[in-house]
Amino acid sequence: MARIKFAVDGKAVAVSADPNMPLLYALRNDLRMTNPHFGCGLAQCGACTVHLDGEPVRSCVMPLSAVAGKKVTTLKGLGTPEKPHPLQAAWVEEQVPQCGYCINGWIMTAAAYLKKNPKASEAELREALAGLKCRCGTHVSILRAIKRAQSQMA
Amino acid sequence: MNARIDLALSRREFLKASGALFVSAGGAAFVGDALAQTASAVSSGAKPPLLPTELDSWVAIGRDGRVTAFFGKMDMGQSLDIAIAQIVADELDVAVDKVDVVMGDTALTCNQGGASGSTGIFMGAKPLRKAGAEARRLLVQSASQNLGVPAAQLRVDDGVVSVVADPSKRVSYANLIGGRYFHHQIEWNKKYGNPLDIEVQAKPKSPSEYRVVGKSFARRDLPGKVYRTEKYVTDVSLPKMLHARVVRPIRAACMVAGVDEGSIRKVKGARVVREKDFVAVLAEHEWDAVRASRMLKVSWNHAKEAPFPAMDSLHDHIRKAPVAKREEAVRKGNLEGAFKTAPRVVEAEYEWPFQSHASMGPACAVADVRADRVTVWSGSQKPHFTQLGVARLLGMPPEKVHVIWVYGPGSYGRNDAGDAALDAAMLSKLSGRPVRVQGMRNDGIAWDPKGPACVHRARAALDASGKVIGYEFVAKGFSRINIQTNESDPSHSLVGMSTGFPPKPSDGFGVPAESYAFENKLLAWETIPPLLDSCSPLRTAHLRDPVGPEIHFGSEQFIDELAAATGEDPVAFRLKYVAAPRDAAVIKAAAERAGWQPRSGARDRSGEVLPGRGIAYAQRGGTIVAVVAEIEVERKTGRILAKKVTVAHDCGLVINPEGLRYTIEGNVVHGLSRALFEEVRFERDRVTSVDWMSYPVLDIRDAPESIEVVLINRPEIAPTGAGEPTIRVIPAAVANAFFDATGVRLRKVPLTPERVKAALARA
Repeated sequence: MARIKFAVDGKAVAVSADPNMPLLYALRNDLRMTNPHFGCGLAQCGACTVHLDGEPVRSCVMPLSAVAGKKVTTLKGLGTPEKPHPLQAAWVEEQVPQCGYCINGWIMTAAAYLKKNPKASEAELREALAGLKCRCGTHVSILRAIKRAQSQMA
Repeated sequence: MNARIDLALSRREFLKASGALFVSAGGAAFVGDALAQTASAVSSGAKPPLLPTELDSWVAIGRDGRVTAFFGKMDMGQSLDIAIAQIVADELDVAVDKVDVVMGDTALTCNQGGASGSTGIFMGAKPLRKAGAEARRLLVQSASQNLGVPAAQLRVDDGVVSVVADPSKRVSYANLIGGRYFHHQIEWNKKYGNPLDIEVQAKPKSPSEYRVVGKSFARRDLPGKVYRTEKYVTDVSLPKMLHARVVRPIRAACMVAGVDEGSIRKVKGARVVREKDFVAVLAEHEWDAVRASRMLKVSWNHAKEAPFPAMDSLHDHIRKAPVAKREEAVRKGNLEGAFKTAPRVVEAEYEWPFQSHASMGPACAVADVRADRVTVWSGSQKPHFTQLGVARLLGMPPEKVHVIWVYGPGSYGRNDAGDAALDAAMLSKLSGRPVRVQGMRNDGIAWDPKGPACVHRARAALDASGKVIGYEFVAKGFSRINIQTNESDPSHSLVGMSTGFPPKPSDGFGVPAESYAFENKLLAWETIPPLLDSCSPLRTAHLRDPVGPEIHFGSEQFIDELAAATGEDPVAFRLKYVAAPRDAAVIKAAAERAGWQPRSGARDRSGEVLPGRGIAYAQRGGTIVAVVAEIEVERKTGRILAKKVTVAHDCGLVINPEGLRYTIEGNVVHGLSRALFEEVRFERDRVTSVDWMSYPVLDIRDAPESIEVVLINRPEIAPTGAGEPTIRVIPAAVANAFFDATGVRLRKVPLTPERVKAALARA
């Protein structure tokens, strides 16, 4: 057991837990922030994606010890209905979801990527998002939404 | 129309009363007890029993004039709820945004069969439409008395009844009945499930009177999903809840020999529960449950003989296996004669693997089993049947079991959600505490019920002119109902079979759905026995459009083979034989939108990237769909990329065009994934597809550049389904495009790079 301090969505938090426990369980169970999802526990799908100091990470395999002193941002911290991130607004505009369980992966990964590559081409976007899973088959509308967000951010 | 209730019938209040709203306070989640809250909220006058014969079971008007529709099906991600709201809004003459839709709660909705067979609107909307019409009739009648004006002289605008000649004379629905029950009896057809329907005195509107049906309205779940305020079943949390993981054997056909409880001693608070061959670990913290499940040592008794054939001989196994059941859906004319006299016979066989639902997240459920009542939160497609299954598993009367459906992590049929719900109920019973169970990734891929592997034989007799004079298609495979479509009987769940409920396999498959007018024709199916009777990781059940993609991969590719054999254009060939005018219209619409031009002679196939196009069409439950796939085949890598997919879709009256369009897009991409990538891998004694590496699915790099959708709206024809028809023709359209591109056939799914390269080497 260790007491590990970090910040989530702008708030300082501390979690006493097994330092090897993945961040996802600290967020969902200890901090009751259920917005990142468990999809695979293997860093293969993206449903648990959060930002760690601005970089997208798969929280299902990120040991809590590696998070100490860092800033975690979840999808909920990325934007709100009142002050949405352009990608969140675009997801609504393009009516993307089917079940919606995959959203964390796409929006959090795309948000970090667009920050560095605001003018990425569709081919570059596809490469940047490779490996993320969506089982309901919303990929085409996901690309539409990202392009819409790009035009908003330009 | 007089008993007052204090329920403010807004969506929020209703969900609160149903226990489906989770109020987080001070970091602890709280879920109210639905039945108790609902009962105590009624200050006077009993809520009529939840029977199809009570209008109050279908529709309610709140004190604020908002309408609540109680829907015994639910949305699996295609925004079905907004379509239901539109339909009810039109019948009641209220604005769409004033209609709330409560879905799939067994205490609040009648058993309409859950999400099933693309019947959400096709069948599910019927009683809602009629209930809306009947409620309007009663309200106008009441207004007529209230205003002293005959009903014929009244009109309704957004929930306000007014006198046509003097609009200042008016009364609102809220004033007429807001917050009170109708207490009005109606007739029903006495069939629970998908066909449930009611009869009312009111006459529903004709399509020409619709104001909002036929227009696009935005989804309602979306902001909640994008800003992550919407709760999924995975987010349900109860006080004193334990976390559980079920421990399943690595090999199939195992029974528990012993459990070493000491092996998890180091995990604080973790413990083992076991009932016969069902083993699980429980812990206060989810991570501890995960750790304990990995550490727990279970010794298993293995079956002497490995239950499965070698994977590369699966389809030989199917060919040789005895037929458990055969059904001839179509037999007409003199087949034998046709084949005997025909100067030319074309034959082919098509193979399809086992496929997994592989939902985005492994299934989850929460159960709170008390001595006198049970509450289960589940993402199952069929909560009313879950209610029956839990009751039977626990030996309790169904009325003591309340199942609350909550959005799950994806669902495409009888996936692992049905198992999770019964697992949670058993674990809560055994532990005496509320239990949340979620699978790990392998539970959702290795252990979900599978789409059946199969082999299809097709042959056709051609006369000297190339006319088809005999046609035969026989589908043979594992049953699509080895495990039933719902978990109403524990015999169809892993926990049930592990704890003494005997397996109850059934046999069913299907045949192509089309209108080809071949004079002599046979369409038949044959099932074979399961590989393993009980608790098989290769047990078979419904997977999106049960056996539709499988069958039509064969049948629609064979039609293409016949067109090629007779030197005809694939579109023209289909149009020559389809008998139904709606089918022909759909095929023409897809071809036209895709810019299809008949081509004489073969393509230039000298390049490194080979372009191709293919068409396929089918019917499903009254809906007709045709797809043109435009692909590229990379010679070097063997990769097939579907660049553009054009869909023409006729499901009768269109309720919500945008919602329909997205539903079709999801079908296209799911269909591409299954055609190009998906195959459950296994060894002689186990399934080896356990994650996304060993069960590859479509990646965004493989998503089409565009999906064009032509919606053929037929207001005069009652709406049919859209959740599944499109997926059934995608694999054949791609395979036909592959033939167009390369001149060789791929008759085995998935169309992997290895198979593509091998086929090209043969070309």
